[in-house]
Amino acid sequence: MYAYDEIDRTLIHERVSEFRDQVKRRLSGELTEDEFKMLRLQNGVYLQLHAYMFRVAIPYGTLSSKQLRRLAHVARRYDRGYGHFTTRQNIQFNWIKLAELPDALADLADVGIHSMQTSGNNTRNVTSDQWAGVAPGELEDPRIWSEILRQYTTLHPEFSFLPRKFKFAITASAHDRAAIKIHDIGLRLYKNEQGETGFEVLVGGGLGRTPFIAKTIRPFVHGRDLLSYVEAIMRVYNQYGRRDNIYKARIKILVHELGIEKFAQEVEEEWQQIRDGDLRLDDATIEDIRSRFTYPVYEKLPHMPDELRKAAHDPLFERWRKNSVFPHKAQGYSIVTISLKPVGGPPGDASAEQMDALADLADKYSFGEIRVGHEQNLALPHVARRDLPALWQALHRIGLATPNVNLVSDIIACPGLDYCSLANARSIPIAQELTRRFANHDTADLIGRLHINISGCINACGHHHVGHIGILGVEKNGEEFYQITIGGRADEQAALGTLIGPSVPFHEVADVVEDIVEAYLALRTTPDELFIDTVQRLGVEPFRERVYATR
Amino acid sequence: MTSPLEQKIRITGPSVVTANRTWDGAVVYRTTGRDWSTDLADAAVVRAVPDARALLAESVADDVGAVGAYIAPVEIGDGGKPAPGNLREHIRATGVTIALAVQA
Repeated sequence: MYAYDEIDRTLIHERVSEFRDQVKRRLSGELTEDEFKMLRLQNGVYLQLHAYMFRVAIPYGTLSSKQLRRLAHVARRYDRGYGHFTTRQNIQFNWIKLAELPDALADLADVGIHSMQTSGNNTRNVTSDQWAGVAPGELEDPRIWSEILRQYTTLHPEFSFLPRKFKFAITASAHDRAAIKIHDIGLRLYKNEQGETGFEVLVGGGLGRTPFIAKTIRPFVHGRDLLSYVEAIMRVYNQYGRRDNIYKARIKILVHELGIEKFAQEVEEEWQQIRDGDLRLDDATIEDIRSRFTYPVYEKLPHMPDELRKAAHDPLFERWRKNSVFPHKAQGYSIVTISLKPVGGPPGDASAEQMDALADLADKYSFGEIRVGHEQNLALPHVARRDLPALWQALHRIGLATPNVNLVSDIIACPGLDYCSLANARSIPIAQELTRRFANHDTADLIGRLHINISGCINACGHHHVGHIGILGVEKNGEEFYQITIGGRADEQAALGTLIGPSVPFHEVADVVEDIVEAYLALRTTPDELFIDTVQRLGVEPFRERVYATR
Repeated sequence: MTSPLEQKIRITGPSVVTANRTWDGAVVYRTTGRDWSTDLADAAVVRAVPDARALLAESVADDVGAVGAYIAPVEIGDGGKPAPGNLREHIRATGVTIALAVQA
């Protein structure tokens, strides 16, 4: 966990006071909506179909049990008793009242949570690997650098009015769980041949209307130069990024239009002007940030305790363990992913009761810490393996033991037309139907790792472009239709999916996905060949033939 | 952002003006009494562009009462009452089409 200092605490509380005054002036008519809109967006407040939506940042996906309880409190007191975890380590409340928002913000500020820059044309919540600090083989905890970036970008005066929103993601593991290649700036921490910590810097990734996989702009930037190099990128973007067309304003368009070489040259020229200035990070600064992260003191525990050995005879426990429990850097401990994808449930939603109960379980079994992943699941990052059977039973009692992590029903979906004013089609009912179709765990296990992503419009909040199977809602003559892509992925081999053919109506989507899955099962060479590998080997044609042969 | 009053107005049938109430964001409809109602049945129904433009102008002018006013299609049922004219408006009028994590 990271402990905010007095400056941060003061900043957050001052922000609440400022917003309280802005809301008061808006409700009295002193501020018009045109004047107020940017102010509310900078505090994560959108206007959706039914109500205001309030987006709260969970920087680098790390939450304390105390903070999770406070989120539950906000859900219960100011909303309708639940929250929705998003694809960027935020939580959204869908029914918040503007008049009550300042009180909700104040309650969150008391535990160091805020909503600054979760919307608007500025730097958004800095995201990272939800297993940061505990993943085996990780070079260093990337949250230290995420926090440096968070402090640097928060209320940065030069970058508060960018051409468009701007998103960072950081990983320090070989396997990318932070989807860095679909971010405006993606950072992969590694050590060079001299053993120095630095970053491969990628730029210009993003989804939406015009999707791009990020390109490497510099293979190695020393850690001490991170901020100056990032500032150089953002200055070039701020200067040349388009402001005349919202659809062409993201940095990915600038990188594409200039070309990565020309863009890199512009950045290099800027960087040479500032790299040895105030932004150069000295060791003391980095160590100060590092020292504010606290880590559990792990016991020396056996890898295979008796409790786990006994529980292995229970097939239901074993099914859950196989799909939800992952290796930890400390012997005798595991990372436990908590699926927020129950059969028939909206992906990413958790009730206040579940959040409270999970906070208690985090205190009991995970040193009071919870993580939030971009897959819209949660994780307990420090669970002693001897406690896994008891944890499983406790999770089962609160409806959080669905054994489907990384399987076909572990679906990423945006809120879609049920909530969102931008959406063309519903996402959640499609996800719900798919979870019912693939509710049989034996079938899901047989299929293996398969990621389905659903977006209700081209803005791609459900990351459909990078789903192994991507589903995009469109509107045709007032009806909901869905385009299907396959072959996308968001990891270190990130790729955009390929459209398999004409869009299909709402009631046919689940049938189409079943056809694709059946085709895969027939086409794979061995049970170990994952869906994404079969698509890579054969291309989309066999799947297209299967889907459209009878349509 | 272009004001709704500067946008070209096209209507193909009976229409209403809808928005979200400022203090809580609730879906509201402009009434014949120059006020807002959360009940679509209370909405003023217009059928011609000049009437729609006038209703929208009056609605937009009430910036404190509601935000984001726009013209939405409706269908007129047997009882003469307006009903939502498309899926989006149906969802706005009747709520999400899914069961919530916590039932109200």
